[in-house]
This record gives sequence, structure tokens and C-alpha cells, in this order.
Amino acid sequence: MSLRVEQPGILALLQDGGRFGQHRIGLTNGGPLDPQAFDYCNRLLQNPPGSTAVEISFGGAELTAETDTFVCLTGADMGLRINGEPAEQWRVLPVRAGDVLSMGFAEKGSRAYLGVAEGFSVAPHFGSSATVMREGIGGLHGDKLGAGDSLPCPTVHQRHLRYLPREQQPHYHDIVTVRVIPGYQQKFFSRYQQRRFFSHAYHVSARCDRMGYRLEGPAIECDIDGILSEGICFGAIQIPADGQPIVLLNDRQTIGGYPKIGAALSLDCGQLAQLRPGGRVHFAPITPHAAHNALHLAHSLMCRQRLPEWAP
Amino acid sequence: MELHSAGENALILYLGDTASAEVSARVQAAAQAVEHVLGADLVDLVPSYASLLIIYDPLRTDHLAVSHKVRECVATLDAVAAGEGKLVVLPVYYDPEAGADLASLAENAGLGIEQVIALHSDCEYRVYAIGFAPGFAYLGEVDARIAAPRLATPRQKVPRGAVAIADRQTAVYPAVSPGGWNLIGRCPTRMFDPSAEPTMPVSVGDRVRFEPVSRARFLELGGEL
Repeated sequence: MSLRVEQPGILALLQDGGRFGQHRIGLTNGGPLDPQAFDYCNRLLQNPPGSTAVEISFGGAELTAETDTFVCLTGADMGLRINGEPAEQWRVLPVRAGDVLSMGFAEKGSRAYLGVAEGFSVAPHFGSSATVMREGIGGLHGDKLGAGDSLPCPTVHQRHLRYLPREQQPHYHDIVTVRVIPGYQQKFFSRYQQRRFFSHAYHVSARCDRMGYRLEGPAIECDIDGILSEGICFGAIQIPADGQPIVLLNDRQTIGGYPKIGAALSLDCGQLAQLRPGGRVHFAPITPHAAHNALHLAHSLMCRQRLPEWAP
Repeated sequence: MELHSAGENALILYLGDTASAEVSARVQAAAQAVEHVLGADLVDLVPSYASLLIIYDPLRTDHLAVSHKVRECVATLDAVAAGEGKLVVLPVYYDPEAGADLASLAENAGLGIEQVIALHSDCEYRVYAIGFAPGFAYLGEVDARIAAPRLATPRQKVPRGAVAIADRQTAVYPAVSPGGWNLIGRCPTRMFDPSAEPTMPVSVGDRVRFEPVSRARFLELGGEL
């Protein structure tokens, strides 16, 4: 029982919630770049949180169902079609063996999540199915999906047909404000440099991937060139010698020696990862208290949100 | 001791500002103590040369509670002796054939190749940190006479097992990867094997000694050129 990949598109990766507790052997986290869209995908499908789905970057994927099941596509609008007919995203859709799911390319946003009822059955590697290409770990064979890959999933006949009403669906813009918790080597950035960082717009450069988003804009100077290599947390904003910030994301290296001005709030990193080169980023400082509050608020809203059902 | 905010669910603890066996031993001791005191609130730890990154679950605890616990347990850390980790001996085939930068490093240092090999293999190193890539162990400190800066242009492809020097650090590349360190030899021991238990022959705090071996012995041990 499976979905067969006919065309992987530009980049399709199996991801679960991420790989945690393995930094001590040098393994990074992996996991969905946009956890909000990924979580909606599993919640709509009534799957356990963190069930394995396919992260599709930019689009162009085509898959054939080899069993009867239910699917859901969340995240960027990729013009989903089933057997050539337009189909809704953010909605649980029944599919039958032989049905073909195809996607065009996203015009807004860049990541989408394709889930199936019960999630894809992929053996965990170091506790997770998350694919990290740089490490050759996770997924089916430690690499991106290719044509002919078979994604195992069970046959499912019963599912509530849940959907996320349009007015509640996230919008992906070309401008994102990223909240930042100042920290790490913050004191080695003068007041003037910090003001510069927080008051100018940056643009996403062509060098943006699952390791990190490299931005372009006013160069930020640090009083020190480098530091003794130290642990890098998710969202850490590194300022290398050229002064152009890099927001380090899911597949980042676990340690490094460049100074960091702080770390981006995870809730905003998902929005950042939906941007494409040229997208605009503003940074806004927040306290650790405010960050903590924002995380709990988001969690509480998610727990209380009711997902309605549609009638076929 | 300094404790700084790192991110929404991370604090970074500094136990010194230089790389030394003493500081590293304190980092190790702090890692154990923090792991114990945070229990299930802890998500991950990244020990490094002089710091410990502490990542916690923000839906179970907050930075105030975590920093309070960390300060308390670090204040009562007993004096720890350096050099208590296990000793791991890694065979190395030192030769220009196996280490493309061996000859130039020797020349720049004003030493013979034999002297470089002797200086690199005569001492015991400490595993200061693991990161950059799975299984990549940062070892220090290399004798100052054979310390060498990173290459101006990193190589696109460094072979698996390459033994290399950058400044006063040395390492064995666990897998084929790009890299800017000076290559001086090749080690047949797998530094990272996802299917082995344990996956790595070393962990932070261990001691490492390199043992020069012949070409024949290197190949016999499974090395590839």
C-alpha cells in the first residue's frame, strides 16, 4: 500500500516533527520548515502529531495513489489537481487506488505538506523519519524523493472530512516580520549596530535553503571576528564577516564559530521559510517573556480550534 | 560563569573563554548536572569548548525556571579533574599520498615530514566538541609548531577518514564532505556509522591518540585510498 512518486518536482522530502536529542553526535533537527502548515495537515487528517508527511518545496510534484486512502495538502497554494480536476487544499480528500495527484508551482509561499491518513509508514532513523540530505539520514534512503519511490501508507476507508475554512487559512506574503530574542553575543554588537539591524529591511538572497536563510541588506558589524565554536539553536541569527545575517533553520550545523545577535521566534521562522529569494524581512526585538507568551498563546489557540467537516 | 539567553527555548552557559582541558571538563560536568536537574524538561544539549547550549521544552517550563536550576547546579559543581574520559587510539597512515597537505604543511613549518608525524602522534588530544557534521569530533590542542591556518579555498570534496589540522585543532572527517582543513593522513576507523552501536568511537571528554601505521596496515584495517 503506498503512494508512488511519479515526479518529485523541485524538492520533495519526507519529514516528521524532527529529530531531537541527537545533537551530541552532531545530528541536526530536520523536520518541517513550516511547522504550522505541517501540523494542520496532520490535524485535519486526524493523525497523531508529527506523523510523517511530504514537504514539497516550490511544487511540481505528481503522485499516484496505489491504495484507497485520504490525503490533505496544506501550505502554499500549488494548484492541486486530482485526475486533472482542481481540488481544494487545507481539506481532507478521499482518493482511490489509481488516482493521480498533481501540483503546479506556488505563486505565493514556497512550501506545502502532503499527508495521508495515518501518515506515511517510514522507519525512524535516530528516532525520526525527518530527511536531512546533508547528513544522508532519514526518509526512505537519506535523500530527497525521486521518481519511482514508493511511500508506504495503510489503506483507510473511514475519516472525518475536515477542512480549514478559508478565512482561517494562513496567507503567505512577500513581507515577513520576524520577532527576535536578542541573545548569544548580543553585547558585542554596539547599540548603533543593533538599531541598524532592527530598523532596516533585509531581502532573502538566492542562498536560502533548509540549513538557513541568508539575507541581504545593511551590513551589521560585530566588535569581535569570531568566537570559540559553540552550540547553535534553532533560529539563531549568525552575522559572518560580510555583515549579512543568516537565519539558521532546521538543517543547520549544530556548532559554529560566527557571532550571533539573537534567535528568531520559531513561529515566524515558518513564515520566513515560505519566502522566496527577493522576499522582504523585518526584524523586531522581543523579550524572552514575550516569546514564551507567544508560544503558549499559539499552542492554546491551536488546542481550542475546531476543524469543521465538509459533505462530499 | 555566565548564562545568556540563546533563543525562545535555549540558554547558553559559558564556563570559560579559552579552550583548555580544565574548562572542557567543567563543561562535561555541567552537562551531566544539567541533564539530571532538568530531567524531562530537557530537549537537547550541545557541549562545546567552553560552553553548553541548553535546549528545553517551552511548553513544560520557562527560561526563568531553567536559569534558576542551572545556576544552582553549576554553583555547586565539584572541582572536576580533566582527562578522565576513555582513551581511544586511532591508526593513521601519514603520507603525502593520503594527506595532500602534509608536504606543504611541513615546509611551511620548517620541519621534515617525519617531524610533523611525530609531533601529531606524540601527544594525547581531548575531544572538545562534536558537530559541524555527524561524528565530526574537534580534537585539541595540536602542537603550536604544526598548527596551520585553514586553506584559503576550501576543497569541494575531502575524503572520508581524512586526518586534518586547522589552527590548533585536529579532526578525522567522518564522511566525504567539503572542507578547508589541512589534510595530513588517513584513518581507517569509521568515525560515524549509523548502523553501529555506539555510532561513534569517541564522545566529548574522551582522550584520543593517533598511532602511525604503514600503508599495508592501513589497507588491512579497511582503509581506502
